[in-house]
Amino acid sequence: MKALKEKHSVVMRWTHWINFPILMIMIWSGLLIYWASDTYEITLFGHTFFHFFPEWFYKKYNISHRLSEGMAFHFLFMWFFAVNGALYMSYTIISGSWRELVPQKNSFKEAWLVLLHDLHIRKMAPPQKKYNAAQRIAYTAIVIMGLGSLATGLAIYKPVQFYWLVWLCGGYHFARIIHFALTIGYVFFFLIHVVQVILAGWNNFRSVVSGFEIIDVPKNNASEETSAGKSEISN
Amino acid sequence: MESKKDISPEEEVLNKKIKRRNFISFATFFVAGGAGYEAWKWLYQSPIEKAGITAGTHEPLRRALNKTELFFRNTFSSRHLVKTYPKEMAAKKPRVNSDIGIEDTGYDVSGWKLNIIKGKNDVQKITIEQIKALPKTEITYSFKCVEGWDQIQYWAGVKLIDFIEHFGLADETKMQYVGMETPDGKYYVGLDMPSALHPQTLLAYEMNSGPITADHGAPLRLIIPVKYGIKNLKRVGSISFSNTRPRDYWAEQGYDYYSGL
Repeated sequence: MKALKEKHSVVMRWTHWINFPILMIMIWSGLLIYWASDTYEITLFGHTFFHFFPEWFYKKYNISHRLSEGMAFHFLFMWFFAVNGALYMSYTIISGSWRELVPQKNSFKEAWLVLLHDLHIRKMAPPQKKYNAAQRIAYTAIVIMGLGSLATGLAIYKPVQFYWLVWLCGGYHFARIIHFALTIGYVFFFLIHVVQVILAGWNNFRSVVSGFEIIDVPKNNASEETSAGKSEISN
Repeated sequence: MESKKDISPEEEVLNKKIKRRNFISFATFFVAGGAGYEAWKWLYQSPIEKAGITAGTHEPLRRALNKTELFFRNTFSSRHLVKTYPKEMAAKKPRVNSDIGIEDTGYDVSGWKLNIIKGKNDVQKITIEQIKALPKTEITYSFKCVEGWDQIQYWAGVKLIDFIEHFGLADETKMQYVGMETPDGKYYVGLDMPSALHPQTLLAYEMNSGPITADHGAPLRLIIPVKYGIKNLKRVGSISFSNTRPRDYWAEQGYDYYSGL
């Protein structure tokens, strides 16, 4: 028969959904800022493969000549991003739910098995608790990336006040590069995350809104013996 | 197909519970989502501030910029020194990014005098020779542009604080702001007093061991390393003091007034 199982805490759900639009606004306003000095490109052996970003991209999303506007939005929403992230992190640490989140010794090995399973190469997925090995790595990485964005952002924003942070980030230039690369990282994370959520299905998605998932429990665990046909209900 | 009588009372309770919790959660989800969207629409369509000392930014965003300025100014020291580099690392050709306020290529540098405006009828005129007679301070640091680029540059001149002391302007520094303008008044900046009195703030007349060139603001320009380049006024024509924010070119174009690093 089916049973209701608590999965995600109310803090995790709220901070997750609040983070989503805030991060979108941060990425968008960050683009408005980056445009003013769009110096990054992927160059190998003297050949430029990609320039961040092509003119059509700026045109399509109306990015050009909006530096001051981008800064104004960026420096407001940075507060929301930081506070929301701090709330999530302190809750995760204090409640002890970090134990289900951070990778364990075998997670890095197991993550490959999860990947092979997800790609339909391997039949069996390794046993898991709340998060599988790949999720533990991905969801912990994204939190560290968030911290990295705050640290590098602060280093670029106030390099005189946070001279030690600039030094830790490997200098002003490198801090800006990391800040940019992390943003590209969020975009890739988002794409994979959405595909995975779609594949995982409704039960999983709902748990991040309403907090619970519905699981099957073996019939002999049921406390009461009742009418026939009960086993059919479970699905 | 399942008929209703197949469901045990226990199961029915569970189904009800699931239904109830789903309803509450998703209702909250959509209401909060809608409210968030409305809040964003409100902010994005909020009116642009009335043009004054600052202009060009949405009202709520301008309030946020000003509050954020206060947060950083009240929390952190204004005495931190900017990192310096060996002189050899300075760019041979410092980047020229703007000529607003110094577009007049026929400007007669020999006729230049710095006006210290103390009051309506109290203007002190200072020549470049008087300024060069003061102790010279050199700095090689990373000049940072609001656009995102930076460049290691060498500048030399007199510390603004030395200048102020020498010309007896100590009383004026009790005020909160310093305003500087080009001779033609087309470019102008406002500086908070702590940043102006910062020990690395210079009135520069030398670059790369030579006199400052016209496109960098000959004969005298402001070098203020604790601010973005937009505050580093070229060809200083006048200096004034006030307790209210002096007019600032880029703050009128939607940028943060403080623009401090």
